[in-house]
Amino acid sequence: MTSGEHGKATIDPGPGARFGDGLRRFFDSDLWHSFTRSPVVVVSAVVTFVFVLSALFAPLVAPHDPFDLATIDLLDSVIPPAWMDGGDARFLLGTDDQGRDILSTVIYGARISLGVGFASVLFAMVLGISLGLLSGYLGGAVDAFIMRIADVQLTFPAILIALLIDGLSRTVLPRDLHSDIWFYVLVLAIGLSFWVQYARTVRGSTMVERSKEYVQAARVIGIPPLLIMLRHVLPNVMGPVLVIATINLAIAVITEATLSFLGIGVPLTSPSLGTLIRVGNDFLFSGSWWITVFPGAALAILVLAVNLLGDWLRDALNPKLR
Amino acid sequence: MIAFVVRRLLQSILVMLAVGFIAFSLFNYVGDPINNMVGQDTTLEQRQELRGRLGLDDPFFVQYGRFLANAVQGDFGISYRHRRPVAQLIAERVPATLELSIVAAILALFIGVPMGVYTGLHRRGFLAQVFLAVSLVGISLPTFLIGILLILVFGVLSQDINAAIGFTLVPQLPTFGRGDTVQLGWWSTGFLTKSGLLALILPSITLALFQMTLIMRLVRSEMLEVLRTDYIKFARARGLANRAVNFGHALKNTLVPVITITGLQLGSIIAFALITEQVFQWPGMGLLFIQAINEVDIPVMASYLMLIGFFFVVINLIVDLLYYVVDPRLRADKAVAAGHQ
Amino acid sequence: MTQPAPNQPLLQVDSLRIEIPGRRGTLTAVDDICFDIGEGEVLGVVGESGAGKSLTGAAVIGLLEPPCRIAGGQIHFDGRRIDNLPYEQMRRIRGRHIGMVFQDPLTSLNPLYTVGRQLIETILTHSDFSEKGARKRALELLKEVGIPAAERRLDQYPHEFSGGMRQRVVIALALCAAPRLIIADEPTTALDVSIQAQIITLLKRLCRDHGAAVMLVTHDMGVIAETADRVAVMYAGRIVEQGPVADVVRRAKHPYTKGLMGSIPLVGHDVEQLIQIDGAMPRLNAIPQGCAFNPRCPKVFERCRLERPELQPVGPTAAACWLYEAAPVGSGNDG
Repeated sequence: MTSGEHGKATIDPGPGARFGDGLRRFFDSDLWHSFTRSPVVVVSAVVTFVFVLSALFAPLVAPHDPFDLATIDLLDSVIPPAWMDGGDARFLLGTDDQGRDILSTVIYGARISLGVGFASVLFAMVLGISLGLLSGYLGGAVDAFIMRIADVQLTFPAILIALLIDGLSRTVLPRDLHSDIWFYVLVLAIGLSFWVQYARTVRGSTMVERSKEYVQAARVIGIPPLLIMLRHVLPNVMGPVLVIATINLAIAVITEATLSFLGIGVPLTSPSLGTLIRVGNDFLFSGSWWITVFPGAALAILVLAVNLLGDWLRDALNPKLR
Repeated sequence: MIAFVVRRLLQSILVMLAVGFIAFSLFNYVGDPINNMVGQDTTLEQRQELRGRLGLDDPFFVQYGRFLANAVQGDFGISYRHRRPVAQLIAERVPATLELSIVAAILALFIGVPMGVYTGLHRRGFLAQVFLAVSLVGISLPTFLIGILLILVFGVLSQDINAAIGFTLVPQLPTFGRGDTVQLGWWSTGFLTKSGLLALILPSITLALFQMTLIMRLVRSEMLEVLRTDYIKFARARGLANRAVNFGHALKNTLVPVITITGLQLGSIIAFALITEQVFQWPGMGLLFIQAINEVDIPVMASYLMLIGFFFVVINLIVDLLYYVVDPRLRADKAVAAGHQ
Repeated sequence: MTQPAPNQPLLQVDSLRIEIPGRRGTLTAVDDICFDIGEGEVLGVVGESGAGKSLTGAAVIGLLEPPCRIAGGQIHFDGRRIDNLPYEQMRRIRGRHIGMVFQDPLTSLNPLYTVGRQLIETILTHSDFSEKGARKRALELLKEVGIPAAERRLDQYPHEFSGGMRQRVVIALALCAAPRLIIADEPTTALDVSIQAQIITLLKRLCRDHGAAVMLVTHDMGVIAETADRVAVMYAGRIVEQGPVADVVRRAKHPYTKGLMGSIPLVGHDVEQLIQIDGAMPRLNAIPQGCAFNPRCPKVFERCRLERPELQPVGPTAAACWLYEAAPVGSGNDG
């Protein structure tokens, strides 16, 4: 498309055509091509999608409800997976020591894990972007302060921070309060350990945009420049932010699983994959390996898929590698 | 140079003070320390007397000062649960954690860096792709899962596997505890006994795997970046031998930024040791801390915090100083040093 | 290396074609260009960004970055074919026989090694000097490129030099092993205007003193006019005009070259308006059929849009333009 075609009038084709156009452009884009070209990435996307769907529609997807005490029979406990000796077709992956169907607990567990994971990433993103915008736009003492906190926080590994916040909240808050708000505490704990990356990226972009003329012009007109920044800075950073978010999701899920495994994550009443693994760990030596292995496999597959997606996204959005 | 060191030292002290502050707030304001220490039938007067003796009614900063002064001298109070000085407990546990961490760190570095260099140099080679695939799995598996997997293979199922294939392929390794240790002063070491060394194998691999793959991917991506630079192109244009270009120029430039992150990763190892200790019931500081959280043993929690904070601050300081020594640009331009990521 | 016949050029490029395979098909970045450089001669290669000049230079020295690749043609250096040499053999030619100077002196030097170390390393690679001998030689080179206090400077790091000084060091490095051809890719573009002239003069003088030929790649016509003996004008991957520099500058034949010359403000001449060529150079995936310049050419006619013109001699120069067709179609037009 050479420039220099001045003077041609363009007619607005209308929103419907524009959407179709946009869709066509998307499927024609480098991103989509790079996506479909790699079978590994497509599989990862499908796997992630399956997990997300079954997490959202867990009650419909799971064959049993592991939390409905009426349906659990202690006599069904510790049954091996269906294809082994002593297995039962009703419980495809076997049951645990309480008689709960492993497949169902895994589905519900994945729901918790993904729920906490997504929420913490979202929280970190919002917090990080806001702080980054503030820091980059206001500069000066505010910037120095925020960046100093970021530096200090980076001194400590994320898991420790998450551990600290979550562990402390249990001891500090009265028990009933904690059992009500554990979700928010956990999301806060994990999210707080991640915000720095977003803040830094957004801050960099903001500082670049801040010195541009349209910001000065907007100030003269009276539009709050912060609004303008949002409209111009955000599109620029969306790419890197998305990459960070995907990789963070994997780490968030792992962190939650780790905290739950250590006993200080989600409460036992809503077990996540990490909790299931911990509970099953006790049965490892007695031969009932399926109680730990299936939740473990589910966790590993989920995180692997998300990591692969994140890797692909990072390579696809990196202009230098094109 | 001196200015830089002094400034970093001051920063470190500030951070330590902040950490100390948090630890101290924990100490005094989480629940009532008195309630945690005494039994149910202690009378109100006895509690009041205890308060006075422990100076719990003094103003905030006096208590804080006392806390700091004690901490610097190594007095961290008495554990609620174990009824022994926390310092003693920590002294018993620190060697276990440190030995485990050091072995894991060595593993991670000495395998991660060469693998990273190799996959960076041979971008599309088959072996490189294999390494990359394995590394992706490595960072996707949470540490505790790796530990459980290893326990499963080398502890639970090893006999069965060996029986199935007919010969001993999979050794049976200890999966619990530290084995026999030898006491050297206040340090108990597992390096000097066979069982101690055997017990180290699975936990250290578990701890190292995640870091190893992280380091490998980091070194690789840095290497790829460096290999694209103009000075590498120019070195090639001057006809320098491949080895000079790859190892003399590329490698050195790769390692400089890698030092910072690697240093921080080593700090992570001490933190992640916590998880490994739980999986293998390794009697280290981390296990102590987890138990303390569950038992609400505040002095232990606070002390662990301080200690970990101290480790990290020291590690960061050393890394910054190393960076300063290695990168000549920092020595000339102090402004750059402040802004270096 | 065989000794060239007395009239054989030092560097001969025949029908060089560089392609970039991409997701949507293969782009041709350099399309069948032919040129040569004689011993000690300075050939300027001028054109806009994206015309293919840098790729040509990279191809000659064998440093084309994948996915770019040589898809056709041949390159001969000193009578010997070099475009199809294995890496190790080409490496021995680099630095020793063909040297290269890049655009940005800041990024061309390894920031972690002293200038002396980088010089000595290069000297030792191409000669039998001892460590001490190499250091002496490095010192000489620094002095030759005009670095004051050379003894002290040897042990300094690149960031301690100014931009112009750094480029002098780069030139010294390129000349270490006394190569017979230097490819200078935009050697002054990244420098202050005041320094540019100094560096160009230095380059020209040194190459003349060492008897090295220069392939000077640049978009700055002024530099070419000052420095080059001959010039090749590139457009959209093709050479549109070639010839002695005075002739091309003063009596440009190809409409594009005319436009280029006309757009340079001349000191002492008052012009109403600088000539501007409408439009822009086409992207690699949208090169027009026929002559690549035809959409923008003020003298375009039907044939321009159908057939691609080859370089035809027009007086002392050669131009690829149907305006100057010497013979009818079908005679002697095989590249």
